[in-house]
Amino acid sequence: MRKTSQSPSAGVPSTGVIAAGLGLLAVAGVAAVAATRPRKPPHGGEDSAPGRTARRSSFGDYTVVGKTVTISKPSRAELYAFWRDFTNLPAFMENLDSVELTGGKQSRWTIKAPGGTVTVDSEIAQEREGELIAWRSVEGSEIDTEGRVTFRDAPGGRGTQVALIVAYKAPFGTAGRLVAKLFQREPNIQARRDLRRFKSLMETGEIATSDNRLNIEEAA
Amino acid sequence: MRALTFHGTQDVRVDTHPDPEIVNPRDAIIQITSTAICGSDLHLYDGVIPAVMKGDILGHEFMGRVIETGPQSTLRKGQRVVVPFTISCGSCFFCGQQQFSACDNSNPVEKRDMSEQLYGTPMSGLFGYSHLTGGYPGGQAEYVRVPYSDVGPIVIEDDSLDDDKVLFLSDILPTGWMAAENAEITNGDTVAVWGAGPVGLFAAQSALLMGAHKVIVIDHYPNRLKLAKGLGCDVINFRESNVREALMEMTGGIGPDAVIDAVGMESHGFSFDNMMDIAKQTVGIGADRASALKQAILAVRKGGRVSIPGVYGGMTDKFPLGALMEKGLSVKAGQTHTQKYMEQLLGMITDGKIDTTFLISHRLPLEQAAEGYRNFKSKQDEFTKVILKPGMGA
Repeated sequence: MRKTSQSPSAGVPSTGVIAAGLGLLAVAGVAAVAATRPRKPPHGGEDSAPGRTARRSSFGDYTVVGKTVTISKPSRAELYAFWRDFTNLPAFMENLDSVELTGGKQSRWTIKAPGGTVTVDSEIAQEREGELIAWRSVEGSEIDTEGRVTFRDAPGGRGTQVALIVAYKAPFGTAGRLVAKLFQREPNIQARRDLRRFKSLMETGEIATSDNRLNIEEAA
Repeated sequence: MRALTFHGTQDVRVDTHPDPEIVNPRDAIIQITSTAICGSDLHLYDGVIPAVMKGDILGHEFMGRVIETGPQSTLRKGQRVVVPFTISCGSCFFCGQQQFSACDNSNPVEKRDMSEQLYGTPMSGLFGYSHLTGGYPGGQAEYVRVPYSDVGPIVIEDDSLDDDKVLFLSDILPTGWMAAENAEITNGDTVAVWGAGPVGLFAAQSALLMGAHKVIVIDHYPNRLKLAKGLGCDVINFRESNVREALMEMTGGIGPDAVIDAVGMESHGFSFDNMMDIAKQTVGIGADRASALKQAILAVRKGGRVSIPGVYGGMTDKFPLGALMEKGLSVKAGQTHTQKYMEQLLGMITDGKIDTTFLISHRLPLEQAAEGYRNFKSKQDEFTKVILKPGMGA
């Protein structure tokens, strides 16, 4: 299952993103934010459904996926702290090979992709202690993506509602092909599963599996 | 290890598999001493539950000795335990409500999509019961890996209590008990139970313990009806009497206060809709044969309670929705919250208030498991409950 071939991204100029990316800093955050807000339907009034549940899945050039889970324990502060240390993310994000902190608010994410890995340089765009962490790929990254996770108290002492929203743009060129390949892993399913793995790890200290042995060789 | 393995519809065999090992910190490995074939295993055997794959190890009623523990398990090597068939983490919202069979974490993330599509929310994990419920290898085997071993298994301290007396804490005894609890029995109630299989018999026994005035058990196997009579129940053989008419007459024209469907998706009977459902099951459309439930809904009194421990997996046609609404019925169903009941029921077994051994008809070595399935399926009157003993010489 774990593939160790060399990264196909080495030395590939990511012109597609740079060309498309001039407007990125201005755009960054918009798609994911739009997806968190209630939206105004054409008939007026305001729909209480979050934007990410819209029947359309793209906002401008961005495709947006997102999911919410309720996590009964530990506390909201501890859930936040675990996520905020990005080096913890590969413990529950299946597609993530590793995260390296590269200084300040920046980190380098190595993502598994068919035939190798893709790296994304990411920076924290916004954070509010115990409430919200938003990140986005920096200019020149191979993938134009942004994400945010929000934490809020669930009603009735049920713990914390954690919502993960990921937006990405599939640009042209080499990077575009990479993204297309990468996202054949169904980002919607991945986001949902990653979030549920986070919940399981936090609530139970482990991630459930029906495998009877530690090293099951998989053909794929 | 040796384990009973699914090969296809009505084709199970004892094969050799790699021994299980500790995978997660809370795991334990159990060496199985007794493991039963459940009536619901016959749904798998008959191929009417989806997502059972060739090579799957079946079995969800088992007990044995702890031989290995993960670092977070609270069990100790050598302890004798009965393992609940429901796999429950003990720490999610649902487990916190004692709704253990709704555990939010036990069905592995990558296995949940199918049951979420089918039911709207994913099911929790069960041992040996298809990939809808996690694809966990089951306990009709020499060894089993038990996740969350710190919250599931109940330790049997008293070695003088035979396996036969406590094994059914794993499923059918709590299932029968919860079925009766869901029928919300009060003194003076008459309760009708469809199906004199192990769950129906335990439900009948539980209903009497909960103060039912009368329990009426409906089946067509004379030997099973005899077991029900032995518990102090009235019985109706549906091949010989008109069930609804009989129930009305036996309840002074009111109808039973509560009804329990302990039959589930493969009910017998010759009604037209049942024949249609058989045809659909045969071609794979997955319509549950629900004639027992339909009959129960028509038979129950107005404002009565309907309890469904019988297993259903898909859709059903010609459901008497109008009767449900117009009669003002309430319905309770569900896989058993096993962990909630084990300790209380162990106490009742120890005190001699509940006997579980009366329905055991056969004890076989694990190697003869396939024969056990065949006979449990085809000779239901004689084979009321089959226990497999991995340690028993063939």
